[in-house]
Amino acid sequence: MAPVLEVSGLTTVFHTRGGIVRAVQDVSFSVEAGETLAIVGESGCGKTMTALSLMRLIPSPPGQITAGMVKVAGTDLLALDEASMRRMRGSQIAMIFQEPMTALNPLLTVGRQIAEMVSLHENVSRRAANARAVEMLHHVRIPAPERRAREYPHQMSGGMRQRAMIAMALACKPKVLIADEPTTALDVTIQAQVLDLIGDLRKELGTAVVLITHDLGVVAETADRMIVMYAGRKVEEGRTKDLFADPCHPYLQGLLASVPRFGGGEGERLREIPGIVPPLNDLPKGCAFAPRCQSAIGRCRDEVPPLEPKRPGHAAACWVT
Amino acid sequence: MLDYILRRIGLMVLTLFGVSVAIFLLLRIVPGNIADILFDSAGLVDPAEKQQIITDLGLDQPLVTQYVHWIAGLAHGDLGYSYVSEKPVLDEVLPRIPITAKLAGLALLFAVCTGVPFGVISAVRQNSWLDYVLRVISLAALSMPSFWLGLLVLMGFVNWFGILPIYDKAPATWGAAILMFGVPAATVGFRSSALIMRLTRSSMLEVLRQDYVRTARSKGLSEPAVTFIHALRNAVLPVITTIGIETAFLFGGLIVTETVFNIPGVARFLVEAIRWRDYPMVQNLVMFIAIVVVLVNLIVDLAYMFVDPRIRLRA
Ligand SMILES: Nc1ncnc2c1ncn2[C@@H]1O[C@H](COP(=O)(O)OP(=O)(O)O)[C@@H](O)[C@H]1O
Ligand code: SF4
Ligand SMILES: [Mg+2]
Repeated sequence: MAPVLEVSGLTTVFHTRGGIVRAVQDVSFSVEAGETLAIVGESGCGKTMTALSLMRLIPSPPGQITAGMVKVAGTDLLALDEASMRRMRGSQIAMIFQEPMTALNPLLTVGRQIAEMVSLHENVSRRAANARAVEMLHHVRIPAPERRAREYPHQMSGGMRQRAMIAMALACKPKVLIADEPTTALDVTIQAQVLDLIGDLRKELGTAVVLITHDLGVVAETADRMIVMYAGRKVEEGRTKDLFADPCHPYLQGLLASVPRFGGGEGERLREIPGIVPPLNDLPKGCAFAPRCQSAIGRCRDEVPPLEPKRPGHAAACWVT
Repeated sequence: MLDYILRRIGLMVLTLFGVSVAIFLLLRIVPGNIADILFDSAGLVDPAEKQQIITDLGLDQPLVTQYVHWIAGLAHGDLGYSYVSEKPVLDEVLPRIPITAKLAGLALLFAVCTGVPFGVISAVRQNSWLDYVLRVISLAALSMPSFWLGLLVLMGFVNWFGILPIYDKAPATWGAAILMFGVPAATVGFRSSALIMRLTRSSMLEVLRQDYVRTARSKGLSEPAVTFIHALRNAVLPVITTIGIETAFLFGGLIVTETVFNIPGVARFLVEAIRWRDYPMVQNLVMFIAIVVVLVNLIVDLAYMFVDPRIRLRA
């Protein structure tokens, strides 16, 4: 099956006083219908900017997508004019954000915010749009959806707001859903419920899901495949099972080693690997991980390692492994 | 919600009590009373006659008695008589109120109708030449004293159009009426407009950075829809509050503007009354203005509540 989302060579920079910040560099991946791809990496490594680049919502200026292709069902989003891109957002590719507390407009009812999405992309009456909003709230398992549709975001808990966000994002049945750390701000018990919900809807609607997280526990449970990002670049890619069983890149090895055990429990956030991520406006000449890498050799400091297949269906960017 | 409104009204009454005491005492701290002034300016010399006036007006009574007398009268709708014209205060004031009310209303309307849109434009086009121009104009407006601006406007009119927008009891044409009220209203509202513009701009810039604006864009909404449906609504909240505060400042501006444009309104009349130490006139006029300001603030609070469900549903 042809992938629904194909990203290749995506490069996004920010022009700042401190020079050019290379937030996303030459990132490629693809996701099939009904599949979940996880993007993993420490904070600041470019996950959100990758997601916003897919939506073409990079704040510009200072941001700019300088190269690449983002194909959704065969259409290259980066080649569209702004009006056509607007028609794609929400209807073909939708996004949910990290902060459910602030991602909904506090002055509009939740129902209205969902209905707005529907009337924007579909030629339906206001009444039908409102009915769809209630239906979607029901779909994301919010009890008493008629009443909740008339409520404002502040009357809902964080978990419920995130469900409402999901209802909104999926209201027009987009082919691609980007979830940027959808559960990071939620309680652990609620996290599992929201992830289950995304998983179920993905199966039901055949949505391709890009799940961004820095929580390896979440990845292990939900993602079919994953990519690992470091300092704006993709450094490893493959099936989740394979990467967890046999990580190639020293960065992923370090991440996995710093998690006591995976597969359920609490607090499975990435522990610190000694050292810090280099500033993205002043990257080292060679491998960006070299200053923190224990396996580094001379070549690592001079040349950026290319992403190469290391095992079947499993690629990594490292000179050594 | 009813609870909230009742509490607000209770606070209003307290505020008005405070204002009444303050104006009452302030007037009496200011040196000289009507008797002194009559004697100085009218050249009366008989001390017995002076004493007679003082006794007649009750100025020799203890302050508390005078205060109670005033408030008791107010409660009965008896505002007393002007010391100067000896006519009932109400008869003097009532005809002037519509004039000032029109001016104030127009000024506020002008301030909101220019301040909010220009603030939005300025924010949406942040750092463009248009933004800079608007910011410079608004800064100038905030630093210009209104009497000076009023005089400039008058001079401008004489210079370019050869006419003076002078007050006329019965303006001949609609155009004349608009000119007569519109020009002074814009002059006095200019400052508020600038303040509202700057506030709208900063509030809008703040709101445009919010997550829900990004969410709105991610739905595929056009920029105008994002700006007006999602951002502006949130951005005007602090502006609404300012409108209440600006009303109080507006009266200050009106005193000057009515004087410069020679408009027989309440504000200019108040200055007259203060000069004569016309206690009943001043006290009641200040109370009247205080009541208006307090009422406007109540309305503003209710409007805020209406717009912001977080307050409406909690209160
Ligand atoms: N407005 C901006 N100006 C300059 N740099 C930015 C801006 N926004 C993001 N960046 C850069 O992009 C990098 C990646 O950020 P982000 O994608 O949010 O990281 P993540 O989501 O992985 O935590 C950050 O390290 C930051 O330096
Ligand atoms: S290329 Fe060198 S520095 Fe980079 S991860 Fe591999 S071994 Fe470490
Ligand atoms: Mg992020």
